[in-house]
Amino acid sequence: MSEQPALAVATHGLTKTFGAQVVVDNLDLVVPYGAVYGFLGPNGSGKTTTIRMILGLIEPTAGDRELLGHDRPIAALPRIGALVEGPAFHPYLSGRANLVRLDAVDATADPRTTRRRVDAALDRVGLMAAAAKTYRQYSLGMRQRLAIAAALLAPRDLLVLDEPTNGLDPQGTREVRNLIASLAADGATVVVSSHLLSEIEQICSHLGVISAGTMVAQGSVEEIRARQQTTAVVHTADPEQAARVLSEQGLTQIESGRDTARGVADDDHPPEQLVAALVAAGVGVRGFALERPSLEDLFVELTGEGFDVAH
Amino acid sequence: MSPTEHDPTDSEVSTRPPRPSSNLLNQGSDAGPSSTPDLSPQDLSSSKQEPARPTRSLSTRGTSASKRPGRFLASELRLIIGRRRNQAGLLVLAAVPIIMAIAGAVWGSSGRGADLMSLAQGNGVLVPLAALGVEIAMFLPLAIAMLSGDAIAGEANQGTLRYLLTVPVGRTRILAVKYLSLCIGALIGVGTIVVAGLIAGGLLFGLGPLTTLSGTQLDLGNTVMRLLVGVAYLTCALGAIAAVGLFVSTLTEQPIAATIAVMIFVIVCTILGAIEQLAWLHPWLITSHLMAFADVLRDPLPLDNMLRGLGIFASYAVVFWLSAWARFTTKDITN
Ligand SMILES: Nc1ncnc2c1ncn2[C@@H]1O[C@H](COP(=O)(O)OP(=O)(O)O)[C@@H](O)[C@H]1O
Ligand SMILES: [Mg+2]
Repeated sequence: MSEQPALAVATHGLTKTFGAQVVVDNLDLVVPYGAVYGFLGPNGSGKTTTIRMILGLIEPTAGDRELLGHDRPIAALPRIGALVEGPAFHPYLSGRANLVRLDAVDATADPRTTRRRVDAALDRVGLMAAAAKTYRQYSLGMRQRLAIAAALLAPRDLLVLDEPTNGLDPQGTREVRNLIASLAADGATVVVSSHLLSEIEQICSHLGVISAGTMVAQGSVEEIRARQQTTAVVHTADPEQAARVLSEQGLTQIESGRDTARGVADDDHPPEQLVAALVAAGVGVRGFALERPSLEDLFVELTGEGFDVAH
Repeated sequence: MSPTEHDPTDSEVSTRPPRPSSNLLNQGSDAGPSSTPDLSPQDLSSSKQEPARPTRSLSTRGTSASKRPGRFLASELRLIIGRRRNQAGLLVLAAVPIIMAIAGAVWGSSGRGADLMSLAQGNGVLVPLAALGVEIAMFLPLAIAMLSGDAIAGEANQGTLRYLLTVPVGRTRILAVKYLSLCIGALIGVGTIVVAGLIAGGLLFGLGPLTTLSGTQLDLGNTVMRLLVGVAYLTCALGAIAAVGLFVSTLTEQPIAATIAVMIFVIVCTILGAIEQLAWLHPWLITSHLMAFADVLRDPLPLDNMLRGLGIFASYAVVFWLSAWARFTTKDITN
């Protein structure tokens, strides 16, 4: 048992079908404790459905899930703050009254500290000034913040945030990112879904990329990056000779252009060694670079591009 | 059975997941989670090679909390009473006995003599009973139908249901509290009519010892007791309708649809109750037993009709409550 790293969230063969449509297909989610797990996929790829299953809102058609060491979601939920498919509150109650309502229904919450915790949560998302306004009057950004505040009403070990930056302006997006980073710094594990890699890339330690209900890539950001091929590019007046040297060094997929030569390098080829070999072979090196596709490129490659939703 | 139907217990709340001991030992020396929020992905992934376990304890929750099981119910009632539409509905319920009393005072007896309102002109105590007789047929069931539409379908429609469930609140607990609040709502509705009726009747006709339909006289204490019996009986009747409403509310995500469905149920029962050929069915209809509350005007108080009614109400409540439970505890919450 101590060999396996304990996981905050683990699913095994998680599957959900709605009628004939397989919306989530045999998903194995692996979220280590302490991770900021970016759950990425285009609209309609099954992120929200997966999160609903994790939280016990819907029953999986097949497979099982483990949350903070429990296999029944409700046992783990008191330690989980959740945002699912956007904010939802009572429109005629104020932001504060809505939070008090959520605290009142929580059998594990201490009513003596409600006020303090509600204030702290409102403060953390910057809603103090608008706390007395009815939810109806809130802008989408304020609603999103209130939903995050609700997830922070009690100390949490795990936060599951489904598209928390939806509807936020760039400033709000940055604030949410910083908030997530600070929650992670406090020791919480965070699962954050998005259809935009750029919105969460900076804060994620792990990524899971889902496309049409299937996991197409998962692991730490480093692992996923490492899986991408690195291309060594030599700028030179003598590309033929440079290509030969790269080939001798064991690089693959060698190409030579008018004034460049390139080849796919792996970890056995430190750049300094390649440059030294080129120089030793008399290649006049004008420039040398290791090129690696961005995560964005990878994301697009994995999930496809364009405006069409998955189904 | 859904895994979501049980409330978490204290022990579950405070139980930590099994910690691999090696991990615990490593935690001190290895880099824990970084405290700088502005990290590049590389920094984060390297500092999280040995992800730190959550360091915060939840011991401040649950175990030390002074349990207030009534908090959910109180919050629910505040929600119901605070809603403008419900306040307006209560005003309508209260208006009926007032209008009846004023009409009786201004235009006098209808001349036919035996109806409650004619009798009420001798004694204001009869105004609330006359108003209940009028409102139990339509207005009160409509009020319950509206509240039960809000109960589950309304929360589902708003999306707040998913956030109740992730708090978490057990599904059985949600149903229980929602049902209890519907019954309290019914009591408030019936009680409002009685209070408004007593005030209007008292002001216009005065309150005196009640002359029963059997010709005997009841002192004020006994009269109040009779009123309370009537209130309790009709609250139970509405509680049966509320169970139907709760069930319907778990079937749809449209609160209006649930409200209309409950009203159709009540109206169909009323129509069936009016068809003589279906006399064999009548004892089984909620609506056939509503007027039994008027027995409080007889002396000595005959209980058999009301007891039969209560039996039917209880049966409906149990059957529909269990149906609601079977449905709700296995339902996928997809909005
Ligand atoms: N209740 C439902 N009934 C039928 N299909 C659904 C339901 N909920 C979601 N879907 C379908 O499942 C797919 C994935 O939806 P969702 O999980 O919301 O995707 P995402 O959150 O990644 O945008 C979509 O094609 C959607 O139409
Ligand atoms: Mg979604």
